[in-house]
Amino acid sequence: MEKLSLFLGCIVPNRYPGIENATKLCLQKLNIDASDLPGASCCPAPGVFKSFDKAAWLALASRNIVLSERLERDILTICNGCYGSLADANLELKNDPELRACTNTCLKEIGMEFRGTAEVRHIVEFLYKELGPEKVRGYITIPLDLKVALHYGCHLIKPSRDRKLGETEAPVFFDKLVETTGAKSIDYTDKMMCCGAGGGVRSGHAPESLEMLEHKLACIRQAGVDCIVNACPFCHLQFDRGQLSVNERFETDYSIPVLHYSQLLGLALGFSPYELGIEQNAVQNIEFLAKIYEISAGLR
Amino acid sequence: MSEELLKVLKAAGLDVLSCMQCGTCTGSCPSGRHTGLNTRRILRDARKNRAAVLSDDALWLCTTCYTCQERCPRDIPITDALLELRRLAIKEGFMLPEHRKISQMILECGHAVPLDEETKQKREELGLDPIPETVQKYPEALQEVRNLLKACKFNELVAEK
Repeated sequence: MEKLSLFLGCIVPNRYPGIENATKLCLQKLNIDASDLPGASCCPAPGVFKSFDKAAWLALASRNIVLSERLERDILTICNGCYGSLADANLELKNDPELRACTNTCLKEIGMEFRGTAEVRHIVEFLYKELGPEKVRGYITIPLDLKVALHYGCHLIKPSRDRKLGETEAPVFFDKLVETTGAKSIDYTDKMMCCGAGGGVRSGHAPESLEMLEHKLACIRQAGVDCIVNACPFCHLQFDRGQLSVNERFETDYSIPVLHYSQLLGLALGFSPYELGIEQNAVQNIEFLAKIYEISAGLR
Repeated sequence: MSEELLKVLKAAGLDVLSCMQCGTCTGSCPSGRHTGLNTRRILRDARKNRAAVLSDDALWLCTTCYTCQERCPRDIPITDALLELRRLAIKEGFMLPEHRKISQMILECGHAVPLDEETKQKREELGLDPIPETVQKYPEALQEVRNLLKACKFNELVAEK
């Protein structure tokens, strides 16, 4: 299917609307047909709801998928968690007739049926596979002179058994997409390590979650980058808001700007930091903002 | 021996008995470096003592990053096994208060993280509709979500016991 529906999830529309706007602007510029998906709910979050009850997790995930099936569109996610939840549920329901019958019994209560006609995509793997880095590069109008620490996030590539995006110890496909913008992806210690937020740890065990984050931030700072780039609003929230909590807890002074890939790409496509919502982050790094305003005004 | 536990894990395709206790999982665990999570021990306990493993708070320190599962030399889907253990723990009533709160949130508004006033304002600054095109905008969609979760008895599962 070439037509997509944009699945927003929770954190993007309800905490980081800049990512929503950036995504919509980028998709439009790249001539990708992605409609809204009215009435969609939480995916539901894989770390928690999948950990609580499989039937309810499948039911809610399948409702979101059915909304897209009805539009005859594949689902486009902009969050590793939503991607993980919806792609996993979709795969399980397509492959397991018993599970599917069980889920459809629940869906019948609200007049729905899972048919298995839609695919679940993530914006990063979609752009990489369907357009490819070279084609994306063709759209870039403002090459970004930035050094970035790329954070893949776990559920974009794992479990590799189901994602089929190649090996997970040192993948490169996302780095290639980042570098189409002109930015340089800088290697750093524990690059593939988790941000510490997933699996209900950020909500259930905040101090431990922040310890993991602090380690990650220390590694990133050592690499000397301009900003962190991610593909998941939950990692984004952990890196951005979590940074302030880390500073408070560990008496550190981290001030590393955090961008979702849509926001990085948006800058390179010529949109302003303001319309991409970069200024709405919790981390307020004036030097970085000045730099990207200069870049986007063609002053550097 | 926890035969019921092993049965559930085996039915889910998770043969924890093939674990040779090499410790690759624990050595690879980003959480275990900083917390009390010892994945190797959880797998060992899973085949020995049901009550202990299900009530172990460390189950909830896993970020589900799947690194242990990717690296397991015996190809045991460890993270999947851990999720299976968590679901059994929930059935037994072991649920963190924060997680109960998130569950109530989804029953109430269809989102794990609901819209707040600050974000509505940020949305307007960007020229977006203050209320996104999600379940929050459509009362009939929210009712669907509630009915669906009720059909799965999710409300009973997460109710204060």
